Amino acid sequence: MTNKLNLNWKLAEKSRGHAANIARDVFNYIEGHTTVAVERTVARLLGVDGVLDTVPLPNILTDHLKSKQAAGEGAAYHLGNAMAETGLEPYEIVKRLSEGQLDLFKLKRHSIDAIQTAVGKKAAETVRKISLNRAKRAEMLVKYGEKTAPLLYVIVATGNIYEDIVQAKAAAAQGADIIAVIRSTGQSLLDFVPYGATTEGFGGTFATQENFRLMRAALDESAEACGRYIRLCNYCSGLCMPEIAAMGALERLDVMLNDALYGILFRDINMRRTMIDQFFSRVINGFAGVIINTGEDNYLTTADAVEEAHTVLASQFINESFALGAGIPPKQMGLGHAFEIDPSVKNGFLFELAHAQLSRDIFPEAPLKYMPPTKYMTGNIFNGYAMNTLFNAATVITGQRLHLLGMLTEAIHTPFMSDRALAIENARYVYNAMEDLGSEITFKDGGIIQTRANHVLEEACVLLADIEKDGLWNTLEKGSFAGVKRGKDGGKGGDGVFPKENNYFNPFIPLMLGKGSEANG
Amino acid sequence: MAKALNLTKLTAYGDTMNDGKMQLSFTLPVKNDDRGKEAAKALARKMGVADPSVTHSGALDENFTFYVVYGSVSHTVDYESLSVHTIGSDVMDMDGVDEYIRSRIRRKVVVAGASIGDDAHTVGIDAIMNMKGFAGHYGLERYQMVEAHNLGSQVPPYEFMRKLKELKADVALVSQTVTQKDIHIKTLTELVELLEAEGMRDKLILCCGGPRVSHELAKELGYDAGFGPGKFAEDVASFFVTDMVKRGLV
Repeated sequence: MTNKLNLNWKLAEKSRGHAANIARDVFNYIEGHTTVAVERTVARLLGVDGVLDTVPLPNILTDHLKSKQAAGEGAAYHLGNAMAETGLEPYEIVKRLSEGQLDLFKLKRHSIDAIQTAVGKKAAETVRKISLNRAKRAEMLVKYGEKTAPLLYVIVATGNIYEDIVQAKAAAAQGADIIAVIRSTGQSLLDFVPYGATTEGFGGTFATQENFRLMRAALDESAEACGRYIRLCNYCSGLCMPEIAAMGALERLDVMLNDALYGILFRDINMRRTMIDQFFSRVINGFAGVIINTGEDNYLTTADAVEEAHTVLASQFINESFALGAGIPPKQMGLGHAFEIDPSVKNGFLFELAHAQLSRDIFPEAPLKYMPPTKYMTGNIFNGYAMNTLFNAATVITGQRLHLLGMLTEAIHTPFMSDRALAIENARYVYNAMEDLGSEITFKDGGIIQTRANHVLEEACVLLADIEKDGLWNTLEKGSFAGVKRGKDGGKGGDGVFPKENNYFNPFIPLMLGKGSEANG
Repeated sequence: MAKALNLTKLTAYGDTMNDGKMQLSFTLPVKNDDRGKEAAKALARKMGVADPSVTHSGALDENFTFYVVYGSVSHTVDYESLSVHTIGSDVMDMDGVDEYIRSRIRRKVVVAGASIGDDAHTVGIDAIMNMKGFAGHYGLERYQMVEAHNLGSQVPPYEFMRKLKELKADVALVSQTVTQKDIHIKTLTELVELLEAEGMRDKLILCCGGPRVSHELAKELGYDAGFGPGKFAEDVASFFVTDMVKRGLV
């Protein structure tokens, strides 16, 4: 581990301790509760997919459970009981339920052992399938070789998955390593996952299993053509966090936006709902070998990047704790941060270096996600391109991993094919020209960069101590992150939270939690 | 002697008056070869760019090529006779709006927004209201002097009316993103009728927005303003704060 910043490691340790306590308090709550999204996810993982008209079958199941005040008993219990009784597959059971041919509450109740056995077999099948996806990724990474340079991450956002594929393949050919398919903005607040391929989205496509499958196949073709594994990224956020994780695990997505607090802060989703949902989504992502991306960069789009830098670090510590608790190893934690300091700030680049190196040193194994400037991109594309060059330099000097490329047309339109190509050209130029600069330089003892980094660490530690004292729920009510205040009972989706009943079980938690590395080294 | 500027025949300036110099960059969905370059030049000529030169051509993929083209535009415009349409209210930035409210309204302005009817899309209302805003433009939740209530999507017009009353809203923002068979017109009209029946219409600033909504359409349906694509929170906020003052709704 480098100590270029001459950091006070005791403070880093202390901060980690606070974050662990903050998460523990929330885990105690999560443990006793479930949500409609979690139960829909269990149904999906048991093979329930498809729609009746436009209503997804998993929703039909949870609506049925809710109507009988049995959501807290869970989907696995009731599907397992129906399996034991009818010998049918879960998909067939829910299909019959949707057609009004079956009422789960009129079936004989089997013993919990019989139910768990019935479900367990099906669950093991799915888990095996996800393990195979993980093995396939590992195999492809061995075949093509893993890149050590920052992974160049670009977005496609046409709203039509087929057009997205054209753009994604072009980007891969130009040198992109990660393709993020931007999601239709409206999706985060939908309490169901749309079905099928998207050809007319708004600002993006829906995260659907079919869209995932189409893009995965296209990027595997690109990998073969380019001799490089091309990672696929989507958005595991909003009201369907764990369902999207399940779909991603089944279709071998590699990277998922998956922040513990983002939905609460920026989408006004109920905090209890989000915390429970994020846990299961992360258990799945951890097991599937998915790199999660956290959303601290977003704080800086609403709050000042210098004044609020410590909130980014504090949130990274919290996200790390929640990720560890959900079995995500550090090498899958794409903790987020951003290059968003006002370009008119004197020595702003030095502050950016300090912040980026700080995250690098505090989370040495994490594939950090570094976001380009967006807030001060104005439509002056030439100036924007210059800012992106400095951002690329900071990325290379401080060894960031997921390198989200800045677009010169940020704030004008979703990227044109040429915008992406220019961004990749810029990033490759900077990397080639500066590859070893980071290991050649040291920062002046007590200079601007070291002082700044230590200052941010001190402030983050104080904030974490306060949060530990107040508890995370109260902290969110006070507005400590991104300047956004959210009430404990407010926000969307709060009515989809249920205390677990005695007969509740989720077969995937014991099969997946912390078992990602067992799946294949 | 330098060439004279003639505002009735205005053209682009590179380094000499009236030289018409311009730069263009674009992508053509063809291979990067001589034929592609010729196509780029021909396209530029059709745009009125004389003597185009392709200073850069780079393959983006097998059948996509990026071109940078310089040339002299042969068109001119009459600067003097242009008519410019400006919106009724000058657009202030977020701080300007907050300051305007502090000095002219002297209390927080209550704004309620929703995507009403069957529309499940919150992209429009979120772009205007969410803290994060859109494309670098903060939403109303970020405004210190605005109490913003984002009621989400699929809010029935009656329910929205009830919420407006309960919140004592000064401003109602209605978003209609997706529309089939002009259902947005029916939904928007229904809300206006409900508000009129309840005697609330005159006490409210009522705005609508969405990709198919224009200012003209909004006025026609009985709204105070309509905001189409490319409008941000500050456009909407500048309008409603000045309109509140103008109409004495402070």
